[in-house]
Amino acid sequence: MTDLRHLRKDFPVLERTVNGKPLAFLDSAASTQKPVQVLEAMDDLYRNHYANVHRGSYQLSIESTAAYESARVRVADFIKAPDPNELVFTKGTTAAINHVAYGWGLDNLSAGDRILLTKVEHHANIVPWQIIARHTGAELVYLDIDEDFQVDISSLDDILDERVKVVGVTAMSNVTGTIGPVRELADAAHQIGAIVVVDGAQAVPHSPVNVSEMGADFLAFGAHKMLGPTGIGALWGRMELLEQMEPAEGGGEMITDVRLHESTWAPVPQKFEAGTPPIAEAVGFGAAVEYLQKVGMDAVRTHEIDLTRYALQRLAEIPDLTVYGPADPDNRGGAISFTLADIHAHDLATILDQEGVAVRAGHHCAKPLMRHLEIPATARASFYVYSIREEVDQLVDGLHHAREVFGVA
Amino acid sequence: MSLEELYRSVILDHYRNPRRRGSIEGDHVHAEGLNPSCGDEFALDIAVEDGTVVDAAIQGHGCSISQASGSMMAEAIIGKSLLEVDELIHKFKLMMAIEEGENPIDESKPGAVLGDLEALQGVRKFPVRIKCADLPWATLQDALREVTG
Ligand SMILES: Cc1ncc(COP(=O)(O)O)c(C=O)c1O
Repeated sequence: MTDLRHLRKDFPVLERTVNGKPLAFLDSAASTQKPVQVLEAMDDLYRNHYANVHRGSYQLSIESTAAYESARVRVADFIKAPDPNELVFTKGTTAAINHVAYGWGLDNLSAGDRILLTKVEHHANIVPWQIIARHTGAELVYLDIDEDFQVDISSLDDILDERVKVVGVTAMSNVTGTIGPVRELADAAHQIGAIVVVDGAQAVPHSPVNVSEMGADFLAFGAHKMLGPTGIGALWGRMELLEQMEPAEGGGEMITDVRLHESTWAPVPQKFEAGTPPIAEAVGFGAAVEYLQKVGMDAVRTHEIDLTRYALQRLAEIPDLTVYGPADPDNRGGAISFTLADIHAHDLATILDQEGVAVRAGHHCAKPLMRHLEIPATARASFYVYSIREEVDQLVDGLHHAREVFGVA
Repeated sequence: MSLEELYRSVILDHYRNPRRRGSIEGDHVHAEGLNPSCGDEFALDIAVEDGTVVDAAIQGHGCSISQASGSMMAEAIIGKSLLEVDELIHKFKLMMAIEEGENPIDESKPGAVLGDLEALQGVRKFPVRIKCADLPWATLQDALREVTG
């Protein structure tokens, strides 16, 4: 058992109470809390070094630019990117996927082409592709999930033919915890010349990620689910593809020259960073990955497997509770979706909130998955480095209480 | 703020045994409502004859608050004139603090003003859930707009 509870002192919010009870924050898959190290890094930039980046030739701008660019190096290093210039700062995961859909998809897809996704995808890895499909005439096809909520690749040979030009897959589901078969899909996709776009919104925060080993062409992730601020994320891509890809947004900072009727683009990554970027957010992102590197991503993953195992065991004690996700904690992420008897997820969330327990309720931006599972909503508990077993216990007590409130026999 | 106040037994009863579930065969108006943030769905059929609601039927799924609110609403509007339904909607929305104004409910005479619907008063204290209680009523307003053209 890896005990990371000493980290809790870095997260001031964890000391507060909610409705008179100690806070048990179990919604880290939606967004994590922030350690003081991240807050201080952002504060320090604003207090002591702040100016716009890449523009001024004066000291403050030089310092801000250096801070912004060193954050890029840190975040690139975190996912073992071979070249820090392969890391494009974006507004977040959603924006990163949209960059690829618009930038790569509009130019490279046409009628008759296919975009292969999986049924566990977040709306962020579905809707941009639907939009691009509408523009290009390409068609969406989906890989199913099996009884253990794993992406079913048994029929991959049938579905992955030369019509498929893009494969989009989540490396870790925010609903079921399913770990997407990225390597297998990438190997098969590359054989037919398709590119692979990985939604790393959950996998990058929760497990060690090495883009070279992953085999993907693009990886999207965001800072706010990994101790960093909102408003910033990243798109990693293979340099060769980034160089070919058109920018989805135009404006300042992303050009080499602008004339009245045409422009030339700046080199990667600036080509994809139109306008003034979120500078302090980038610095916060850098501080967040530094924090995670100190904890060690292997320790983060081990801690989460421990907590998931414990939570799955304890939840199994509750009558009428159904978990939607892979059974083996070693083979899944830490997002645990469940329903309890006939109590709707929103009612569960309200009752748990009265007990100080914060969980998410709803469709978790994965409506196609919910339709596939034939459930309108689930409640979801999820963890991060600061989560502890006592919070799982508090959740379990709250769920027993919910049974009482609803008079479930 | 107590959970017992929110989840009165009347509410749980309407959630588990919704009244007027189904659809209307003959002439009717149909309206649908959706809370995109939580996925709650509610649909309503109403039949209006000579300015009076003669039948109502509900469909959909969602949390206990939205579904119970819809069930009670369907029962409450049958037999009422369109004017009375408007008045009911207004009172309900005042009770739930959706519309600004004095709460019409008489604490000393529970049920006297809005009947079973008064059980939903507790939702006022859970602001994020008010939209759940309101979903059927917003759907009813859509249906009425269609009736009156
Ligand atoms: C798996 C997954 N993909 C994509 C997203 C979208 O992230 P964001 O809303 O930060 O862009 C999320 C988070 O909501 C997620 O969990």
